[in-house]
Amino acid sequence: MTTAALSSASLSKAALFEAQAVKTSARRNRLLSLPALLIIGIFGVLPLIIICVYSFLVAAPYGGVQWQFSTDAYLNFLFQRDIFDDTLQFTPDFLIIYLRSFLFAVVTTVICLLLGFPTAYFMATRPPAQRNWWVLLITIPFWSNLLVRTLAIMFIIRDEGLINNALLALGVIDKPITMLYTNFAIQLGLLYAFLPFMVLPLYSSLEKLDFRLVEAAYDLYATRRQVLWRVIIPLSKPGIVAGCLLVFIPALGAYVTPLILGGGVHLMIGDLIAQQFGSGRNWPLGCAQALILMAAVLVALFFYVRNTSGKVQHG
Amino acid sequence: MGIAFENQVAAPQLPSRPAYGDNQTGTHLPERAGSLNGVIVPEQPGKNAIEVRGVRKVFGTGENQVAALDTVSVSIRENEFFTLLGPSGCGKTTLLRLIAGFDFPTAGEILLHGQDIAPLPPFKRPVNTVFQSYALFPHMTVAQNIGFGLEMLGKPKAEIEARVAQMLKLVKMEALKARRTSQISGGQQQRVALARALAPQPKVLLLDEPLSALDYKLRKEMQIELKRLQHETGITFIFVTHDQEEALTMSDRIAVMSAGKILQVGTPRDIYDRPAERFVADFIGETNFLPGTVVSKHAGVATVKFASNATIAAGYPEGFDPTGEVTLVVRPEHADLVPDPVKGTIAGTLANIVYFGTDTHYHVKLDGGGENFIVRHQNSRSSPVTYATGAKVGIQFEEDAARVLKD
Repeated sequence: MTTAALSSASLSKAALFEAQAVKTSARRNRLLSLPALLIIGIFGVLPLIIICVYSFLVAAPYGGVQWQFSTDAYLNFLFQRDIFDDTLQFTPDFLIIYLRSFLFAVVTTVICLLLGFPTAYFMATRPPAQRNWWVLLITIPFWSNLLVRTLAIMFIIRDEGLINNALLALGVIDKPITMLYTNFAIQLGLLYAFLPFMVLPLYSSLEKLDFRLVEAAYDLYATRRQVLWRVIIPLSKPGIVAGCLLVFIPALGAYVTPLILGGGVHLMIGDLIAQQFGSGRNWPLGCAQALILMAAVLVALFFYVRNTSGKVQHG
Repeated sequence: MGIAFENQVAAPQLPSRPAYGDNQTGTHLPERAGSLNGVIVPEQPGKNAIEVRGVRKVFGTGENQVAALDTVSVSIRENEFFTLLGPSGCGKTTLLRLIAGFDFPTAGEILLHGQDIAPLPPFKRPVNTVFQSYALFPHMTVAQNIGFGLEMLGKPKAEIEARVAQMLKLVKMEALKARRTSQISGGQQQRVALARALAPQPKVLLLDEPLSALDYKLRKEMQIELKRLQHETGITFIFVTHDQEEALTMSDRIAVMSAGKILQVGTPRDIYDRPAERFVADFIGETNFLPGTVVSKHAGVATVKFASNATIAAGYPEGFDPTGEVTLVVRPEHADLVPDPVKGTIAGTLANIVYFGTDTHYHVKLDGGGENFIVRHQNSRSSPVTYATGAKVGIQFEEDAARVLKD
């Protein structure tokens, strides 16, 4: 009796201690995340709030804002107020830039995926000792600044650049092919800038792939193509999703690449927004454009993640 | 295939195999049938499911070359439960992978019903594998896993569904067909892997140590289950294991492998009672090794003299000519203790008594020295004599107990 009581008492004491420990460790964990939360709060959430507030204010004539509520910035995104009769007229200029940016981003993502998958597969199927060298090679572009690398592309594709000079010297063409300041140049620059962001998550997914499953599929009469579509691709889905997000979102907001390779003629969203804070001197419009982009990305993300996560369906 | 045998599951003991009894009794392969470069002459021509002819497999190049298989030849009959047995690294899994098509032989042929399949990719061979790790597709349900092979073969949907239902019933997994493979236990995964490999009705089923990941009780259950499935499907099973007990209890025939070679092919009884060489005797079951000298030979039986001057008649494998100093092998259960040391063929002192429940092992320190001799005595309610350590005892051999083997 006494022993039972004693043991139950010590048991409950132990349980109490354990609960206490769990509570303390939870508190400690929360404490550990505090620095990161602070940084995100001060440099992430706060600016976002400022952008939100500014987008509902009136532009000051020389930049900055006047503290007066207005929804003009959002109206100006799709409409232009006629100076004479004060009516709103639908002007799709900004919308067209947005749609074109989306198109650039989608094409970039798709081509990066098509180029990145075989690359990542190749890397993942090398002997383990070799793989790290391949990862290192893929990250080489990160060692120098994107601006410098983009300028280098400019030197390669301009009229007196490497490609045109070579083709002229070989007699393939008799006058330079214009590549710089075209959509092609922007697309090339985007592909170049974002390919590693596709390859690395794909590689990390494929590296974890159990190749015994591939053998099992071969054994069960799957041809190489069927193995790819039914086993390898479904199992590397996390990498595909991560890679697509890492390419699509920054590609959509790309700034340096279209600015340099598009020559300011072929604008993308990033340049458009930057303009409002520079020569446009319309901060509220810039803020509104940034928020509209964010909303569009969030909506797209929502549908993308909902369709790619969860059960993989077959049939 | 029928489900007729469902309730009369055969115990894994050897002789209770009426349907395939012909493999168990009578027809013995010649000793050392699969040896070295010897090409086996099939006993039933045209009835071999798989014929491996002079297959070599070399991994690596230059100085790093390793011969995983060194010119192996063996025939595996239709409807046979054939086991490749050997320690890890002996080449048994390599041979299985060559038959499956995951690797290609450096030299030699692999015939499936007379047709050379060695150059074919795995998806063109009517052979399926149960993998050691099961290798179930984690992104598919149990039913999708089982139906995968049939789907890849382009079978109509109705046929796939019917066959999957049949396989689910066969491995008793109907209730879990919609589960993901990560949501079922190891034993259940094992059943799904079996069903998946059997669903396309392969000519030959390859099993790569499929039971090694299971705990003891589950393993025993699955051994019986495997035998039942083989009965019901009538498919040739080629089973790879390093577990000699598993091999003995399950197989129709066993090939004992070591260092890339097949040392002996035979029924479990052959392998156990008449091992062809010392490695086989040592690897399978417990064995006593006794030194002796050959005095005379007559019709496959040698008379061997011990240091104590006692003699014993001992058989020896065909094609082996024992002379001079030899090693005798005696299974612990083929010898018995006698209280009077003089009455035994050899004598010694009881060094250790180990109780195992079903039987007792007596470790006898022999008068002539050398390793302890182990005698296994089955326990019964009326064991007539009890022994104590330190007692002087004699050891008697059953008739035919001793064999002379090549080292």
